[in-house]
Amino acid sequence: MSRQLLALLRRDLALLLFGGRRGGAMLPLVFFLAVATLFPFAVGPDPKLLARTGGGVIWIAALLAAILPLDRLIEPDVELGLFDQWALRGLAEEWIVAVRMLAHWLAFGPLLMLAALPAAALLGLDGATVQTLELGLLAGTPGLAAVGVMVAALTAGLRGGAALAGLLVIPLAVPLLVFGAGSLAPGGETGVALAAAVSLVLLAITPFAGGAAVRAARG
Amino acid sequence: MQPGHIRASDLACRRGDRVLFARLSLALAPGEALHVTGPNGVGKSSLIRVLAGLLPAFSGTVERQGAAALLDERPALDPHLPLARALAFWERFDGHRADAVARLGLETLRDVPVRFLSTGQKKRAALARMIAQQAPVWLLDEPLNGLDARAVTLVEQLVTEHCAAGGLAVVASHQPIALPGARTLAIMDHSA
Repeated sequence: MSRQLLALLRRDLALLLFGGRRGGAMLPLVFFLAVATLFPFAVGPDPKLLARTGGGVIWIAALLAAILPLDRLIEPDVELGLFDQWALRGLAEEWIVAVRMLAHWLAFGPLLMLAALPAAALLGLDGATVQTLELGLLAGTPGLAAVGVMVAALTAGLRGGAALAGLLVIPLAVPLLVFGAGSLAPGGETGVALAAAVSLVLLAITPFAGGAAVRAARG
Repeated sequence: MQPGHIRASDLACRRGDRVLFARLSLALAPGEALHVTGPNGVGKSSLIRVLAGLLPAFSGTVERQGAAALLDERPALDPHLPLARALAFWERFDGHRADAVARLGLETLRDVPVRFLSTGQKKRAALARMIAQQAPVWLLDEPLNGLDARAVTLVEQLVTEHCAAGGLAVVASHQPIALPGARTLAIMDHSA
C-alpha cells in the first residue's frame, strides 16, 4: 500500500503544483498577493492603520486564496473515473483523501507563508508581528487545506458545486480565522496554539468525512 | 496471476424507480468469458458496476475472488499529461509496466497529451492501463466503442489470451464480439 500512496502523492503534488489545464499553485498565490496589495489602495496609506489591520487582511487573503482551487481538488478525479479505479484496487477513499489533503497543503501552505513576507512588507508590519503571523499561518493553513478538501469532496458532482464550495468553506474556516488573526492582537499569542488545535481536529476529521462523501456520491 | 472467480446469485438492480433486471445469476471460473448482450439501457453497465462492487445491488449477492480490472467509457488517465506519463502513474501505482503499449499501436502517441487522443486511441490507452494491472478478473463495459476493425480484432485476441492464461472476463457489449468458447447472457431475459 505504501507504494500506492507514494504514487498517489507524487501525482497529486505534480497536479496541484503545475496543474496543466487545471491551473497550478501560482494562481491562488497571485490572488493572495493581489488582495493584500489592494487593501492599502482601499483604506488609504495611513501607516498606523495599515500596521494595525494588516495581519487580519493577510488572513482574509489567505482564506480567499484557499477557496480558489476547491473545484479541482476532488471533482475532476471523480469524473475521470479515477476514484472508481482506486476503489477497485482496494484503496480506501479515506487514504486517497488524506493524501490529497497533504498534497494540497504542500502545494499551498509553504508558498503562502513565503508570499506573506512581501505582503507583510507592503502593509508595513513590524518584525515581531510578521513572526507571529508566520507561526499562525503554519498552524492555520493545514486546517484551511483540510476544510478545502472536505468541502470539495462534499460538493463533488453537485451542480454549481464550485460556488457552493466557496460558501461552505467560509463558516468552517471562521475558528481558524478568529484564532489565527486573533493571535496578532497584543497578548493574543495563545491564538497560534488554538489555531493549531483547530487544524488538528480538521485534519483528523477530513479523511473520514471526505471519504464518506466520495462513496456516497458514487452511483 | 492468481486464479480468480466470480459468482453472482439472484441479482437485481434498481436505478431510480426502475428495476433494470432481476433474478440474474452468473458464475465464471478461471478461463471463462461471458458476453453480456442487450440493447442500450437494459442495465449492462449497471451489471458491470455491480460486479465491480461500485454499485450496490438492489438484492442478491456478488462473490468475487481475485483483483478486478475495469474498462469503461472513462480512460482514467490524466487528460493534460502525455500518454506515457499518464500511464506511468498507473505503472507506479500497480507496480507493473504497461507492456501492451506497442501491441496496441500506441508507441507513436507516447508524447501526445491524452486529451488530444481520439476516442479509439483513448480506448486503446485504457486497455493498456487495464492489462498492466494484471488482474485475473476483467470487467469490460463496451470495450469496442470507437474502435476500428483492426482494434476490434485485437481486443478479441487480448480477451481470448487473457482467458487462456487462466483469467476470466465479463464483456458487456451491444456489438457482436468473437470470443471462442464464451457464453452469452442476454440481460433482456432478466428484465423486470
